[in-house]
Amino acid sequence: MPAVHAEGLFKVFGRRTAEAVDRLRDGASVADVRERGATPAVIDVSFTVEPGEIFVVMGLSGSGKSTLLRMLNGLLEVTAGTVHVGEAELTALDEKALRRLRQEQMSMVFQHFALFPHRSVLDNAAYALEVRGVDRATRRARAQEALALVGLDQWADQKPGQLSGGMKQRVGLARALAADTDLLLMDEAFSALDPLIRREMQDQLLELQASLGKTIVFITHDLNEAMRLGDRIAIMRDGRVVQIGTPDQILETPADDYVKQFLADVDRGRVFTARHVMVEAPTLVAPAAAPAHVLRTMQEHRSGSVLVGDGDGRVAGVATEDAVRAAVATGAPSLAGLALLPPVDVRATTTLSDLLAPAAQDEVPVTVVDDDGRLLGVVPRGAVLAALGGVPRPAPSAAPASADPVGATAMATKETTRG
Amino acid sequence: MADTVFRAAEDGALPQIPVGDWIDTGFDWVTENFSPVFDVISDVTEAGVEGLRDALLFPPSILLAVLLAVLGGVVRSVRFGVVSLLGLLLLISMRMWEPAMATLALVLVSALIAVAIGIPIGIAAAKSDRVSSALRPVLDFMQTMPAFVYLVPAVTFFGIGLVPGVVTTIIFAMPPGVRLTELGIRQVDQELVEAGHAFGSPPGRILRGIQLPLALPTIMAGVNQVIMLALSMAVIAGLIGAAGLGGVVVTSISRLDIGLGFEGGLSVVILAIYLDRLTSAFGQQRGRLGAIPSFLSRGGSVGKGGLAASSRSADAVTPVGTDQNSPNRPAR
Ligand SMILES: Nc1ncnc2c1ncn2[C@@H]1O[C@H](COP(=O)(O)OP(=O)(O)OP(=O)(O)O)[C@@H](O)[C@H]1O
Ligand SMILES: [Mg+2]
Repeated sequence: MPAVHAEGLFKVFGRRTAEAVDRLRDGASVADVRERGATPAVIDVSFTVEPGEIFVVMGLSGSGKSTLLRMLNGLLEVTAGTVHVGEAELTALDEKALRRLRQEQMSMVFQHFALFPHRSVLDNAAYALEVRGVDRATRRARAQEALALVGLDQWADQKPGQLSGGMKQRVGLARALAADTDLLLMDEAFSALDPLIRREMQDQLLELQASLGKTIVFITHDLNEAMRLGDRIAIMRDGRVVQIGTPDQILETPADDYVKQFLADVDRGRVFTARHVMVEAPTLVAPAAAPAHVLRTMQEHRSGSVLVGDGDGRVAGVATEDAVRAAVATGAPSLAGLALLPPVDVRATTTLSDLLAPAAQDEVPVTVVDDDGRLLGVVPRGAVLAALGGVPRPAPSAAPASADPVGATAMATKETTRG
Repeated sequence: MADTVFRAAEDGALPQIPVGDWIDTGFDWVTENFSPVFDVISDVTEAGVEGLRDALLFPPSILLAVLLAVLGGVVRSVRFGVVSLLGLLLLISMRMWEPAMATLALVLVSALIAVAIGIPIGIAAAKSDRVSSALRPVLDFMQTMPAFVYLVPAVTFFGIGLVPGVVTTIIFAMPPGVRLTELGIRQVDQELVEAGHAFGSPPGRILRGIQLPLALPTIMAGVNQVIMLALSMAVIAGLIGAAGLGGVVVTSISRLDIGLGFEGGLSVVILAIYLDRLTSAFGQQRGRLGAIPSFLSRGGSVGKGGLAASSRSADAVTPVGTDQNSPNRPAR
């Protein structure tokens, strides 16, 4: 069952709102409706958020993101449409049932933190539990745990006024975590923070989500943030959702020019990762291969080095052309005794900006490996710069097999013993 | 010449509206039909004010003066305590202590009632725009109507004496209590109220736990205004027979006794300054009183530990309500 399900949501402010919804459904333009004194903020939005997912809603200022989020917990009443949270149909609940739902199933983090200045950090974190009627000792213990999760347990007795912005938002996060609800609503939670702290908070959120498995609906106007955090992203424009998809889907097939414009502003260095620029891994050369044969193949492919495997799909090291030539000259039977250069490993999730330094050296090809160190692919020389510059990547199938895509590396030498 | 003709024509053109007559008839009707109610109100307030006055006059005047000065010293500052002691001793030496305590009793009772009525009305006005806009002209009326005008109907309802003084004082002093309560609550950051709702807090709890504590400095400024207005009206009430410093001033006028008038006036000033500084100290989250909002916010249901903790943290006092807008410093 989905964690959140929104169906045909409308929010219209101003006069004659129901009429405005009907007209919008009949295809009237926003300008048309506005002329009659109604302000549509959210228009016919439907989506589903799965448990454990980070669902990001992104759009420019005024596109209706906050309005949408506030309909998900009933802070704003919907003009039309339904919202389900878990099993409950939120839009059909009375005041009391709605309060219970908010207490037990959802919590919220605010753009400007919304900490209570007259309560201590601990009492802020304990707020949700206090409202729920949890006894004092238990709620203080749980609030203290939540503060520890965000690294603020030493600050429990301070007042929020004494904290910096980043720390305040950590308290905001702790307040939501202490409530121990499955669903977390975050409205531009990191937008008021400066870039460094913001990144730190994003990392922390990803970590927390990985360990706690919360469902998060996250609002942002920053595509970079959306790409970093989102499992799926909904892009809003003037109250409508124009595209919903995974970050990759949105990067690869933007639904319209509006989305494309957004993508133009994206900080490619942070959004694209090694996964986006790597090409298929060349087969590793076995350590037992004959140097003369390897050298010949290298010359055919005009590559300056070769990846030597460890027999288990991992890269043992890199042999340069000079080293192989020397091995041939000394008459070594295999590559085994060769002094190999250490491989330059990155992960598939390494961002392009973090790839720049490894890719800048040209002695050793940059290899992309998985958690077990197994080779997934290599990053072709120039690919990082090309991706940063926005040069579209050739479709994988179109890459000519004969051309040497890796420049310095790829050699289709079979990892079988020869000679 | 042409001018008078014009004016006469203008006067004749409009029918005379006997507002005064209507009011008179209205008041007569109310007096006839509700006199038992007025009697009860009369008895209760009179008992209240006189009881408080007697209580204030029960201890030796010097002892009470010292106690009041100590209160000032605790709430505000030692310097204020010393200055108040000097002022209060001067009251005693001028033989004005007794009327001063009578006035103080009248002021305290009226202000208490005005606040008890005004704050709930202010809360209602903060919650509803309709109440707020309906209330505004009424409050304007109450505040701008010359104070003396209230004396007449009060006397017709309650006769000469203490009670009409209390009633007029309440009416005259209430508006700032209502206004500043409304203002204080409306000024509370909406995101904080929203946060309360987002965590499923019921409205009553949001009011007690978030809005009132954060509005407290403004509400206390209102209470301070109420007390100051009550004091000024209490003196005017001397005209209709309320005892105390007002009575002293009225007597001095009728006897053209400059000395007595000055002593009465000076006593009012001393009382006013004392009350003003004392109550404004409650509003400015200063000193030992910084703990009050956090105490309130827990619905007053804290054990000793909680109160002690909050008063400790109040030593490193932070101004409440400003941190939302402070620029973000990077963490660490
Ligand atoms: N209470 C309201 N009354 C009337 N119009 C409103 C109200 N709240 C929001 N709107 C309008 O709805 C639209 C969407 O507002 P919303 O706050 O949801 O945008 P947003 O995407 O969150 O923008 P931002 O990034 O600035 O927070 C705006 O045009 C706004 O003017
Ligand atoms: Mg917003």
